[in-house]
Amino acid sequence: MSNISAPNSSLVLVQKAVKQLRLEASVRRIKVSQAAAELKTFCLQNAHKDPLLTGVPSSDNPFRPPKSCILL
Amino acid sequence: MAAEKAEIDALKKECDGLRTQIEAARKAVNDGNMSSAAGSATDVGRVQLKLRKSLKGHLAKIYSMHWSSDSRSMVSASQDGKLLVWDTHTGNKLVAVPLKSAWVMSVAFAPSGNLVASGGLDNMCTVYNIKAASPKTLRELDAHTGYLSCCRFLSDNEILTASGDTTCCLWDLETGKQKIIFTNHIGDCMSLALSNDENTFVSGACDSLAKLWDLREGTCKQTFSGHTSDINAIQFFPNGNAFVTGSDDCSCKMYDLRSDQEVITYQDASLNAGVTSLTLSNSGRLIFAGYDDFNCHIWDSLKGEKVGVLSGHDNRVSCTGVPADGMGVCTGSWDSFLKLWN
Repeated sequence: MSNISAPNSSLVLVQKAVKQLRLEASVRRIKVSQAAAELKTFCLQNAHKDPLLTGVPSSDNPFRPPKSCILL
Repeated sequence: MAAEKAEIDALKKECDGLRTQIEAARKAVNDGNMSSAAGSATDVGRVQLKLRKSLKGHLAKIYSMHWSSDSRSMVSASQDGKLLVWDTHTGNKLVAVPLKSAWVMSVAFAPSGNLVASGGLDNMCTVYNIKAASPKTLRELDAHTGYLSCCRFLSDNEILTASGDTTCCLWDLETGKQKIIFTNHIGDCMSLALSNDENTFVSGACDSLAKLWDLREGTCKQTFSGHTSDINAIQFFPNGNAFVTGSDDCSCKMYDLRSDQEVITYQDASLNAGVTSLTLSNSGRLIFAGYDDFNCHIWDSLKGEKVGVLSGHDNRVSCTGVPADGMGVCTGSWDSFLKLWN
């Protein structure tokens, strides 16, 4: 590695940091209560489509071998 | 020299001011949290899933698994130096891919089902065509200067990687070259998750931060703090407006993108093991988190309560996944087994 460090590398780094922070500061934020309410609504509206919540009937269970005979 | 130092000091002051501004803006919208909003939702009760299959085949620790988009095939990676593609309905092994380097840490299935990718301590991401007569190496993506911790296909032409060199990278699979390098983390990147619309992704790293990135611009849009140790796992909530992280600090957290902050923490005084992996059920209500304590604990994402546990592994649970059809959950462990539950 060269002993000559880039004279303005600290400057470049802090300039990048300022630019990034300005970007992140400009985000438009919604209230946590609204965000949480929408997440809750999504869960409840989709609960009936969630097999791990509703349960998987044995006859339709892809991971369980069928117990009944196969009709040929 | 003095002028430059003065400029640097002024900019550092501006950074501090901006950080204070961001915290104040977050606080201003922090008018509640998830568990208070969830108060009226019915309890899910005790979630008791049964072990349906134990997949035996690997000879060493399993580090990673990923479901195919067909919800039937699944690929797993073990430090026995193999990737195995399984038919989870029959339990049969479909394809075995021998790896050049046994030190694999991540594996991914392409949405098409034609390709799988893996990588680890070799610092590379290798892409294989598994539809050929015998698995064929398509590309070796070699540019990271640290281990490959996670990879995810956008399509058969693009793949996203996360690395111990603190960067994430979008690759063009036709040329094998890097398209965009995502730099901003100051610790090893451990995990990433793609948004459904593939315009953004989130990453978790050893700097205890999660970051949201614009996939096409290459910029970091938001940074989320709160964890006090490495973030090992990250997944989007199904509506795409939030994501869940799992950390060595023994907790999981849900962050909302639009309020730009944490909305709930999943932790329990009796759980003193780091979180290695996590996945969500299709409605987002259940979080399956794999821990170093050999179990996969199930959390009610809205109420923040532990509602069940998948016990059966004899070593750390290193990976978990729910397929697209939501019909079950797969856990993979250092005990060399994969288990399917529903």
